[in-house]
Amino acid sequence: MKVELKRAIYEENDRLAAAIHEGLSARGVFVVNVLGSPGAGKTSVITRLAEILDVSEKLAVIEGDVASDIDTRALRALGIDAWQIETGGDCHLNAPMIKAVLGRMEVADGSWLFIENIGNLICPAEFVIGEDLKIVVASAAEGSDKPYKYPMIFAKSAAVVLTKGDLAQAVGFDEGFFRAGLASVAPKAPVFPLNGRTGEGAQDLLSWLREIRSSP
Amino acid sequence: MHEASAAEAIVRMVTVEAAAHNAARISRISLVLGETAGYMRESLEFFVAAAARGGPAEGAALDIRYVRMRLRCGSCGLEYDRAGFTFDCPSCGARGMLAGAGNEFYVDSVELEEASA
Repeated sequence: MKVELKRAIYEENDRLAAAIHEGLSARGVFVVNVLGSPGAGKTSVITRLAEILDVSEKLAVIEGDVASDIDTRALRALGIDAWQIETGGDCHLNAPMIKAVLGRMEVADGSWLFIENIGNLICPAEFVIGEDLKIVVASAAEGSDKPYKYPMIFAKSAAVVLTKGDLAQAVGFDEGFFRAGLASVAPKAPVFPLNGRTGEGAQDLLSWLREIRSSP
Repeated sequence: MHEASAAEAIVRMVTVEAAAHNAARISRISLVLGETAGYMRESLEFFVAAAARGGPAEGAALDIRYVRMRLRCGSCGLEYDRAGFTFDCPSCGARGMLAGAGNEFYVDSVELEEASA
């Protein structure tokens, strides 16, 4: 007997992610899933955004790492409410991990919630974790071929943050080639150059996020 | 690592389905897998077989229909599978736009064997 299923392998994850999103959304929490390779500058991007939020804006951060809580400690040292998920080897965050950490932390109504995913350009693209949107952080140092080699992570992201632009010349980053690849797989995603050390460009990214957040 | 957890999810899903139909055995699992979904056919075959051991899906045939990434030329409108590194149109060379992500990953169907009366 043949039975048609047509059911996604990760349907349980998808259902839980939808429930997480619904619960947070009802409390006015806006969730950004921050993707990118190891060392792209994900934590720096979050830190630079945290620095320029209005005093009235609340922020919580979930840090996903395979091991260590270095990033969480660094964020907490800056006064940012950060919580760690150590996956112990798993290459991406999934909805059950987010549910578990949300049970341990307090996210104030109306907060921004940034979730820094595991540094990896492959599987984090495949899992929804309750986010409103994904952004991908790509550094010039990774090379300009990333949209061609990892098209899915760019296709799934609502915006691209381009970091370490000051290294472009030293590492031979071809921004035209990078953007041509994006034009094929993520034509609607704006690109925000952002200097993770000085914060230059962070305001543009924040303005865009606020705009998306306030649009119906 | 990743294939193993996917394989376990597949075996769990089809085992629940077999029980719901009162079936003794699953003889075939048909999957749809896109090229950008992040899985290799060979590893999936290996890990599904491993995850199925000792349960009703043990020994089930695994059919995998592979879906390629599709692009549509922004200039001449040709639709084509991505070939090699470039996204550009193989016919006119203009920029191709993503038309089908090729990130499908789902169980299409299962074939079940009734429990013998």
